[in-house]
Amino acid sequence: MRVNRRTFLKLAGAVGVTSLANAPSAVEAIGPRPDADEGLGMLVDTTLCRGCRGCEAACSESNGLPAPAMSGEDAVFEKERTTSPEAYCVVNRYPGADNGADPIFVKKQCMQCVEPGCASACPVKALEKTAQGPIIYNEDRCIGCRYCMVSCPFGIPRFEYAKALPYVRKCTFCVHRLKEGQAPACASACPSGALQFGKRKDLLEVAKTRVYQNPDQYVHRIYGEHEAGGTGVLYLSAVPFEQLGFPADLSTTPYSQLTQISLAAVPFILTLAPPFLLAIHAFGKAREDTAPTESDER
Amino acid sequence: MNERVDSSAGTFSWPRENLLMGMTLREYLRSLVTPFNAVAGLILLAGLPVIVYRFAYGLGAVTNLSQVTPWGLWIGFDVLAGVALAAGGYVLASTVYLFGLKQYYPVLRPAILTGFLGYFLVVVGLLLDLGRPWRLPYPVVYSYGVTSVLFEVAWCVLLYFTVLSLEFSPTVFEWLRWKKARRRAAGITIGVVVLGVVLSTLHQSSLGALFLTAPTKLHPLWYSPFIPLYFFVSSIIAGLAMVIVETAVSHRIFHDQLSGGKHVDIDAITLGLGKAASVVLFSYFFIKLLGLADGGHWNLLNTPYGRWFLVELLGFVLFPCLVFAHAVRERDATLVRATAAVTVIGVVINRLNVSVIAFNWNVANPYIPSWMEVLTSVTIVTIGLITFRWIVNRMPVLREHPDYQGMH
Repeated sequence: MRVNRRTFLKLAGAVGVTSLANAPSAVEAIGPRPDADEGLGMLVDTTLCRGCRGCEAACSESNGLPAPAMSGEDAVFEKERTTSPEAYCVVNRYPGADNGADPIFVKKQCMQCVEPGCASACPVKALEKTAQGPIIYNEDRCIGCRYCMVSCPFGIPRFEYAKALPYVRKCTFCVHRLKEGQAPACASACPSGALQFGKRKDLLEVAKTRVYQNPDQYVHRIYGEHEAGGTGVLYLSAVPFEQLGFPADLSTTPYSQLTQISLAAVPFILTLAPPFLLAIHAFGKAREDTAPTESDER
Repeated sequence: MNERVDSSAGTFSWPRENLLMGMTLREYLRSLVTPFNAVAGLILLAGLPVIVYRFAYGLGAVTNLSQVTPWGLWIGFDVLAGVALAAGGYVLASTVYLFGLKQYYPVLRPAILTGFLGYFLVVVGLLLDLGRPWRLPYPVVYSYGVTSVLFEVAWCVLLYFTVLSLEFSPTVFEWLRWKKARRRAAGITIGVVVLGVVLSTLHQSSLGALFLTAPTKLHPLWYSPFIPLYFFVSSIIAGLAMVIVETAVSHRIFHDQLSGGKHVDIDAITLGLGKAASVVLFSYFFIKLLGLADGGHWNLLNTPYGRWFLVELLGFVLFPCLVFAHAVRERDATLVRATAAVTVIGVVINRLNVSVIAFNWNVANPYIPSWMEVLTSVTIVTIGLITFRWIVNRMPVLREHPDYQGMH
């Protein structure tokens, strides 16, 4: 078949349409969010937490979840727990700095990453990073592909495997409460001051000040300041974070950037490959057209 | 055979000729009683209820997936390996139509059919795996997550499935004797082929790019910024190897399809494809070495995962590369076919390594698929084989349609 003008136009049209459809992927993926530091966050000072699990109860109540398992029982700390579709935040107990020291309690929930892997991985924007900070879940869009779970370094999005009509579940920083001007349920419920709600920018200063003023009480690191490109929830600790179940191998690269090169290549492949392939075709065609003449001469 | 002659001499019956392969209904039903059909029937009998069960009670009732392991056999094998093994369509289409190597035309149609059915089965596998399968079109029609690699994959797979339908349509039109439609479909071949190659390049590589978001979960020997490139290059290998294997199998099973037509030198085609496979395998081996050097995790090679990595790299990449080269040099088509089978297994192993085996390598309770997951995958493959056979027995895939002999 010859590549006549009509075919070419048809092809050019097809390529144009597809590249237009894909173009925003590269554009939107590039560039940091302008509101990164203005976003809301939470400071978790693990040296202040007494392990009352009031946050768990408040979380469950506010999100319409069943009451936390083994409420008020110390035995709940015997096993390290993770979040689940029925529990968006859990408190775990870890041994203290040296033997005999008080145990350390660590609350685990969605970190509300500044540039979250889950939201950038979602093909339907079911998980969305809002300008205010929380990563919200639009369940009417979710197709249940679970790519968010693959892409979250903290193991937070949970899938309702037991249901025939499942959704993904995770802490949304109580976005329903934020809309009414309230703090997330956990932060409001905390009696010990371990949970502080506010702008990420301000909380970072609070955290740094605490470390500077009490250099012997804290490890000199704020978990979440740079991890995975920064998280909305920040942690202070008296012992290295690796001992508290935090992923130790995270780079400072935002997760949304890990696939950026791959996505940025899409428009280029879409626009450059067709002419190249057509050129190869035309080249082969030209060679083929001259071939019979040669054999005739022979 | 007599029946066929009789019917064509007497009243022509399209359904009988084209659906019942020239037999009466009774004869046709009797011809279905074969050992292959018995096994396939048993598999479907066991597998289809599991699929119903999965939709009634959810993924948790059927699979061993967990909060830690959200993707298992169905994504690793049905989707990732499935897409790679269906790459023969774009590889052969570009060979024949873009590079102008017309001698490979006899294996083009089966390759495109394999691609078409392959992608169809990938979609079936995906529907089983999605939590809300009826929302599969959402990335295309409802909500655009443009920052997601999976969004790009969804678009590419949808468009490429359309391309494959168009590429396969001339065969269907010949079967239906729709001459005008057949002419139209043939008229857009080059455009469709170019689009197919571009879309395949994009989504084959993007399926690898999916795992770029899991640097702490995928074993460092497999995690590499080059995964997209690895997936793309190995899809070419998978496509070539699958065409070799499938040609060998088809020509054994559908021998009667080939009588009557002009003689095709299958050995020559096999050797040519084997040569190409050897070259691409070598390139692949080399870029895998580059990735290894780039990652710098040489120390991990002497661990259980490292040894498994070497099995994949040496046993299923370098070894078939060298054997292909040797077999082509010796003009040993049988050895090429055997090597192609090893290569196909190698690509499947690679996809399973990236998505399942080396994924969550540092997690205490590794995922092992449930028997129902395995049975479902086997059922999907069986459906593919049955459909392939149904089409090949009826449509001009391996044979040429008498009206269009030598017209390509």
